Amino acid sequence: METYYKPEDLSKFPDIGQQAPELTRKFFDYYNAVFAEGALSEREKSLIALAVAHAVKCPYCIDAFTQACLEKGSNLEEMTEAVHVATAIRGGASLVHGVQMRNIAQKMSM
Amino acid sequence: MNRDDALQEIRLPEGALEPFRQTLFKHGLSLERGKTTTLQINVGLLCNQTCRHCHLNAGPDRKENMDADTADAVIAYAEKGGFEVIDITGGAPELNPNIFKLIEGISPYSPKLMFRSNLTALNDGKKDHLMNLLKDERVQIVASFPSLNEAQADSQRGDGIFQKSINTLQKLNSMGYGHGETGLELDLVCNPTGAFLPAPQEQSAKRFRDVLMKKWGIVFNNLFVFANVPLGRFHDWLEEKGNLEPYLKRLVSSFNSCATDGLMCRTQVSVSWDGYLYDCDFNLARGLHMGKRKTHVSELDGPPPSGSPIAVADHCYTCTAGAGFT
Repeated sequence: METYYKPEDLSKFPDIGQQAPELTRKFFDYYNAVFAEGALSEREKSLIALAVAHAVKCPYCIDAFTQACLEKGSNLEEMTEAVHVATAIRGGASLVHGVQMRNIAQKMSM
Repeated sequence: MNRDDALQEIRLPEGALEPFRQTLFKHGLSLERGKTTTLQINVGLLCNQTCRHCHLNAGPDRKENMDADTADAVIAYAEKGGFEVIDITGGAPELNPNIFKLIEGISPYSPKLMFRSNLTALNDGKKDHLMNLLKDERVQIVASFPSLNEAQADSQRGDGIFQKSINTLQKLNSMGYGHGETGLELDLVCNPTGAFLPAPQEQSAKRFRDVLMKKWGIVFNNLFVFANVPLGRFHDWLEEKGNLEPYLKRLVSSFNSCATDGLMCRTQVSVSWDGYLYDCDFNLARGLHMGKRKTHVSELDGPPPSGSPIAVADHCYTCTAGAGFT
């Protein structure tokens, strides 16, 4: 195996159900229900998914939800802003832990 | 480029794609005409733009343009045909020297006349008389407008096209087009700006309506979304970018057997700039004559009969993907 990630593997995702069909069915039923039009539109949900895909650094998800965003009518400007939202939260999550650093440093310092 | 250069097949390795005809057969379907109610007239491939998604390879260098004799033959056919809708397309039909003659000639013979415009050829500073004719004849304008994003629209259609399109839409609105109460219908056509399928039509229409009004004060009547057809310049772009096979597979995997009932080829006959008949504009691009027989518009006394077979090829997957192409 020359690489762990191959684009063609994305289409094999449903095969994961071969060893645990009932659990997989439940997962995909839930998955499909989550992405259906609701209080949020399908387009908005795809943008959220694209941002999360970047946050969890899943190349399969980035591939799938880039296409989904385009096919739901989002444009590159909106998709780029969604990625920045993920980036801001990831960066902010690190930075906010600076409070812990400061608490510890202050406790240990004269 | 001569006409034959545009008449290409989809270039994929043998066996990469299940033939469209076979897919129809598997679903127990065949494509035959219903009642033909629409006459589409392609007046030529001359265009001021060279859009990357164009299935006809239309552009400024193309010489194919309907001449006066052919326009006369088409007008005579319109008189005999009793069509409910006549749909004028190109290229950019604004650039055909016989366009006035054609519009004025066919207008009495159909209750609904449609004119497809790329919005830039119509508002180049020299076409006010054409805009006024369209208004006077109450011609429905069907305008290409692929994206609310300027960069994406320009990447498909050419630099500066988005802003020019906005200007034209505003001008058409000022003439009364797009306002429900005037009866002057302005519809938008939205093709994806790449190798992906279009967004759902209803959701796109709502979004375009909101954004166009908020940002530019523009109104329109309807928005239609169409998938790009892998022929002509779009085929070449797909191939060049390595997108051809994934795009075709996307179309094939989105095959919707229910979409076949509403396909436009079942109710439309398309006549090319040289007067020959096709089942649709995509078959025209592909060189597949109506019912696989080369027939000139002057040979027919009326619409092709119900039950006539429709010529199909693999590009037909475009029209059966998802909700379909009607």
